[in-house]
Amino acid sequence: MTSLVELRRVEFAYPHPERGPGRGFALGPLSFTVEAGEIFGVIGPNSAGKTTLLRLLTRVLAPSAGEVRLDGHPIARLPRAAVARDVAVVPQEAPRPFPFTVEQLVLMGRYPHAPGRFFETGEDLAIAREAMTATGVLALAGLPLEQLSGGERQRAMLARALAQQPRLMVLDEPTSHLDLRYQAETAALLRRVRAGRRMTVLIVSHDLDLAAEICDRLLLLGEGRALRLGPPADVLEGGALEAAFGCPVAVAPDPATGRPTVRIRWSDAAAAADGRG
Amino acid sequence: MSEARRLVGALLLLTVVLLLAAGVALFVGSAALSPGAVVRALAGRAEPTSIESIVTLGLRLPRIVAAVLAGGALAVAGVAFQGLTRNPLAEPAVLGVSAGAAFGVVIAQTVGLGSSILDAAGVTAFAFAGALLAAAAVYGIALVPGGLSVQTMLLAGVIVGIFFTSAIAVIVSIVDVNKLGGVVHWLLGNLAPIPAGPLALFATLALGGFAMVVRHARELNLLALGEEAAVQLGVDAERLKRRIFLGAALLTGVVVAFAGPIGFVGLVVPHLLRGVVGQDHRLLVPTALLGGGIFLLVADTLARNVVAPAELSVGVITSFCGAPVFVYLLRTRYRVTL
Repeated sequence: MTSLVELRRVEFAYPHPERGPGRGFALGPLSFTVEAGEIFGVIGPNSAGKTTLLRLLTRVLAPSAGEVRLDGHPIARLPRAAVARDVAVVPQEAPRPFPFTVEQLVLMGRYPHAPGRFFETGEDLAIAREAMTATGVLALAGLPLEQLSGGERQRAMLARALAQQPRLMVLDEPTSHLDLRYQAETAALLRRVRAGRRMTVLIVSHDLDLAAEICDRLLLLGEGRALRLGPPADVLEGGALEAAFGCPVAVAPDPATGRPTVRIRWSDAAAAADGRG
Repeated sequence: MSEARRLVGALLLLTVVLLLAAGVALFVGSAALSPGAVVRALAGRAEPTSIESIVTLGLRLPRIVAAVLAGGALAVAGVAFQGLTRNPLAEPAVLGVSAGAAFGVVIAQTVGLGSSILDAAGVTAFAFAGALLAAAAVYGIALVPGGLSVQTMLLAGVIVGIFFTSAIAVIVSIVDVNKLGGVVHWLLGNLAPIPAGPLALFATLALGGFAMVVRHARELNLLALGEEAAVQLGVDAERLKRRIFLGAALLTGVVVAFAGPIGFVGLVVPHLLRGVVGQDHRLLVPTALLGGGIFLLVADTLARNVVAPAELSVGVITSFCGAPVFVYLLRTRYRVTL
């Protein structure tokens, strides 16, 4: 069986390592697969390569070596719109300035399905409405995105990705701007998406507990390389996390779900920081 | 579907307003013609050499056509630059692109290009090249890692505009004034009648520029998501930016070639239209073509009549309208993004 996403010895380095955002950064070689129907998490410290990986998966960047395959096809040879029909991205931040309404935003998700069309069809509108219903923003459809709260904006962005009807949904830090309630709702929503629409979900996150809670498998990245890959219980292990993040942590199973939860050992962290200082 | 209906409705309404404005422009002017005389001339029942024929068919009608064409082209160029830069203050004159085009025209005139259709094509080519040069300079100055800086782009536009205006001043100072017939008047923006051949050429090129922009209207909307997000939705962002850039520069170059650097039409008209049809470029671009035509036609009718029998340059009127709108946008809409 073909994997939905496959990375074969993918490498990447920014062209001008001495300047620009990717100063001195290189990724890979990196090989892994994402299977259809799973929720896959990519975790790791800042500048581990999570965002670069996301850009390689969506063809915003091209690997300097190796190959990204989507359902067995090399992504580099697929038309952009074909990639966009299969892969939708929910970015970390809503765009600003953004003068359009929620409904206009969500309808933008229909573009890759008919790039040559001037106006969306009634069917596009029905799909957009359904997506807004699924994320609870239908009542906000006519409002400018900029008037929404952080949580509402995030759900509107999610609705846009759903309207794209992709096979793979990629989320960049899906809970970074959300309070506890919306974090819980987002997790529930992602599970529904996977179950109801049989989508595959790839999450890039700093939130280790969220990753442990909803992901089937995790990839731990550090300095552009895969440190660990496997089920959360195997990846979220004290020694590996301390090596990757450079910070003392305690891992304990959640009493209800049995999934690992990670917290900083504050006393040791302070002592370590003092020692370094 | 409803968006398509809204577009048709807005275009119909604007067409009616345009026809009304054209009607007024035909019947008023410094030559005191009675309405009956104008109608006789329009109906072809006046002598071709009579005053009413010459004024109505030879002066007022071509001027109406020129105003509608120039206004529409400038408004579409404004929408295009605004969509491209995601900045509601971007506009051919503000960005220095008009000054670049004007520099091209002055160069063309110093090498002796006149007003025949071939010469008009040459002048337009120079204007287009000047517009491209100025736009590329602004773009290059404002481009920083991670995208375009809005503030830097506005300042870059000012500087590039000053540079080309100074370059024009240098040429005007050293070249025989007779060679640059009426250049000072033209530099203020002036819709003097031009022969039918060149006018047809300008109209064709302007429609070409309009087509380049309008066929990418949906992608321009997606660009508001940010370039990376647009690419992730399947937009070829580099190609899109190139085409919009070329289309807007062509529209600006064409207008400057035949009417001079008329400022602020591309700022005022899109701003007014956004209040009516919203932000969708699929509605904005086509309505800007008619709305810009109406605006410049009204401005030109005022220019011809407020100080009659003397005449103001139409660019003076548009600048008087544009400056307050610019300040308003700077102080309100735009503030949140600074």
